Amino acid sequence: MVSYLIRRILIGIPVLLGVTLINFLIINLAPGSPADLYLSPTATPEDVARTEAALGLDKPVFVQYLNWLTQLLHGNLGVSFQNREPVTQLIADRIGPTLLLMGTSLVVAYLVAIPIGIFAARRRNTAADYGVVGASFLGISVPHFFLGLAMIYVFALTLGWFPTGGMVTLGRGGGFADRVSHLVLPVVVLATAVAAGMVRYVRSSMIDAFGQDYIRTAKAKGLGASVITNKHALRNALIPVVTVIGVDLSALIGGAIVTEQIFQWPGIGLLTIQSIGARDYAVLMGINLIAAIAVFTANLLTDIAYAVVDPRVAYA
Amino acid sequence: MHKRLEPETGQSSTRLMIRRFRRHRLAVAGLVVVVLMVLMAALAPLLAPHDPNRIFDKFESSPSGEHLLGTDSVGRDVLSRLIYGARVSMSVGVGAVVVYVVIGILLGLLAGYYGGWVDQVIMRITDVFMSFPYFMVILILVSVLGPSLLTIIVVIGALAWPMIGRLVRGSVLSIKGSDYVQAAVALGYRTPRILFRHILPNALSPIVVNATFGVAQAIILESGLSFLGMGVRPPAASWGNMLSEAQSITVLSSQPWIWIPPGLMILLAVLAINFVGDGLRDSMESRSET
Amino acid sequence: MTAVEDVGPLLQVRDLRRYYPIRKGVIARTVGQVRAVDGVSFDVYPGETVGIVGESGCGKSTTGRAVVRLEAPTAGSVLFDGTDIATLSPARMRRLRTELQMVFQDPYSSLNPQIRIGDLLAEPLIAHKRLDRAGARAKAAEMLATVGLPKLSLDRYPHELSGGMRQRVGIARALMLEPRLIVCDEPVSALDVSIQAQVLNLLKDLQGEFGLTYVFISHGLGAIKYISDRIVVMYLGKVMETATTAEIFARPRHPYTEILLDAYPEPDPRLRDRERIIVEGDVPSPANPPPGCVFHTRCPYAQDICRAEAPPLNAAGGARHQVACHFPLAQEAS
Repeated sequence: MVSYLIRRILIGIPVLLGVTLINFLIINLAPGSPADLYLSPTATPEDVARTEAALGLDKPVFVQYLNWLTQLLHGNLGVSFQNREPVTQLIADRIGPTLLLMGTSLVVAYLVAIPIGIFAARRRNTAADYGVVGASFLGISVPHFFLGLAMIYVFALTLGWFPTGGMVTLGRGGGFADRVSHLVLPVVVLATAVAAGMVRYVRSSMIDAFGQDYIRTAKAKGLGASVITNKHALRNALIPVVTVIGVDLSALIGGAIVTEQIFQWPGIGLLTIQSIGARDYAVLMGINLIAAIAVFTANLLTDIAYAVVDPRVAYA
Repeated sequence: MHKRLEPETGQSSTRLMIRRFRRHRLAVAGLVVVVLMVLMAALAPLLAPHDPNRIFDKFESSPSGEHLLGTDSVGRDVLSRLIYGARVSMSVGVGAVVVYVVIGILLGLLAGYYGGWVDQVIMRITDVFMSFPYFMVILILVSVLGPSLLTIIVVIGALAWPMIGRLVRGSVLSIKGSDYVQAAVALGYRTPRILFRHILPNALSPIVVNATFGVAQAIILESGLSFLGMGVRPPAASWGNMLSEAQSITVLSSQPWIWIPPGLMILLAVLAINFVGDGLRDSMESRSET
Repeated sequence: MTAVEDVGPLLQVRDLRRYYPIRKGVIARTVGQVRAVDGVSFDVYPGETVGIVGESGCGKSTTGRAVVRLEAPTAGSVLFDGTDIATLSPARMRRLRTELQMVFQDPYSSLNPQIRIGDLLAEPLIAHKRLDRAGARAKAAEMLATVGLPKLSLDRYPHELSGGMRQRVGIARALMLEPRLIVCDEPVSALDVSIQAQVLNLLKDLQGEFGLTYVFISHGLGAIKYISDRIVVMYLGKVMETATTAEIFARPRHPYTEILLDAYPEPDPRLRDRERIIVEGDVPSPANPPPGCVFHTRCPYAQDICRAEAPPLNAAGGARHQVACHFPLAQEAS
């Protein structure tokens, strides 16, 4: 197991380098020179050349990559083309709301999905089960932006229960209740897809678990249905459920971008959209890199979790 | 097993699979919807009551006999744009999936069949691609390359292959040791024949299922990109960019005919394809039971 | 059908070795080897059938697969008609494969489930550009009749045929390229007992019709005795004894051969009351074979020298009778 862990982490090093390289290349595909952004439109070609040299842009792409990587290792993601602020600072300012949104959504999704999944599994092939499965299909099929718009239309504009967007009410906001009421709709939108996928997962792994020998043994011992569910099936069924968290991170980030845009939630997603609008590639490169490292780490942890749960993986 | 599932003369496993699929009612309903949508896309010029780009002088008008779903904020017929929008969704869905399935199959076959350092290199590249948060990197790439239908197809295609690659590799690993592949080697067949005639057809089921769900994913991605203004450029109609009008509170609150129909179309298309995928998975996975 | 003495061997296996590395740790370094085949030598003459017999795990299948190069040998040579196929380039090997075919043990897994029987049989001819599609189909139909299958089977998928019929298809496919040597790897072990004799008879008939040479691998002495002209007895990756079928059954010289024969139910009841030898212990692991003679751990006659020194394969009297034993059994009168 230890040697599996070491091997798995060693394999990760070239992968991480590949992530930085691809990230660098994507941004280098962008037309125009970043030097343009430092200069007025009236700048002479000499001015452009001088600025490019100052920025190291006259060097071969590979050298530029190494320079960038060196900066990166010092924790320097460069400065925003738009307002000259350090990218790390911009990201640091925006990451809190995003983590709050994603974290709350994940917790809500799990709290909703696990009981419903168990419920459906125990009433397998009944109308209630079909209802749950059908709803979960709807949940994974509805695009975040359509659900978000529908939520705003119904609960914010028509019923007026929640605000249409933002994180606090300007001017008078900031209280706990105010923050919660701003959080509700985006969390519902983001949690829906996660919960819908999770319900199906919990349901099928519970059904599998019910079919296992040890559950039949427990039944033969005369244990009641709820004891079997709680003590025996659940624990074994949830192991694979928990390890799936990492796989969802990529989709969760995608959902967060759209959700933040719809609800004007001031997080990384909104920063991404704004930076795309402003063609601020320095910021985009930083965001993309940090998100990729997060997904990479989640994938790694998922693999390791699988190996811990099922030691056969380590020897495969 | 049911008596009517007994194999008949010359019946392939594909035919058995079709029988099982037909018993899956939601999947059949999904397939009908998908076929209708494809027809709608193909026959758009015949079905649409108006030119989708023609600007009428009544803008933001509510549904009427002349405009069944009203007009949008520029004065174009919503129903006609909805019908033409199917073209975008269907072509992105199918186009992107074809691109990445081909890439995934080729890389998966190479990695699984040759093993060794070829496998190591391909799998590490796969890991790299799987580390990128899908939607974000697509969004950035499309913005860098300039949004268009073709860009979206190419970018999704270039980024989404790792799942297929892994699936194919796994299947190849389990199939290449099988006696019928060993027999093909012993018969002196060339590697391409072994890969494409003896290994790939036996690895197809999970690819087909995954690709079906992939079509639904691609449709959501395109509509999401178009919604954010990074997809199909107006005036061309796409369900996603029709919805983006609803980012204005006025449209959202008082002109629901502009944004609810395209939203429902996306939902319907994705739901139908997901049902088809689910039906395919069920009917293909139970193949081993016979 | 016995070999003509003055014709050279068609197949010469010399000191064949196939080791599998055992890997461990972070960098997957090799910490040991499984010696599946460990220095096997034998000859096969044109037109004869050589049976390789031994318990499962003795390396007989690996040997067979190395003969058709489905396994690359770790060391040693496999000379087919004078050409060493162990070191042949892939392109030349692919051409040579038309002369060297294999029939597999499991008729369920050795036929591609997605391809109709007719196409399965026609494919070798098309792939090697011997015939066009129509010609290959006609040849396939012909071959189907030769192996005793109805023409109707051409358009069937493998899963629609019984095990015996599938194995006939497997044999027909091996014959399509008109090979000279066919390695039959336990071709009847997976079949019903009632079908086994039919398939063995078919193999015998085909040998006469096409002048085939067989290497016939089996753990069952019955099939081996029925079909083989000569027998190679293997144990733990090594050859214990080799001789003509009649010699082996009449005058086994190796204690292991004697034990194998003893476990074989004698169909003639008058001969049944021979004294039984009880075999002790399990087959040792080929990852860690015992020193000296590999059989000493289970041999009832083992001495000190057997534990220290591996006996070479020596002539033991009689026509091409060879035995690897320090104390071969006395030749009893038959």
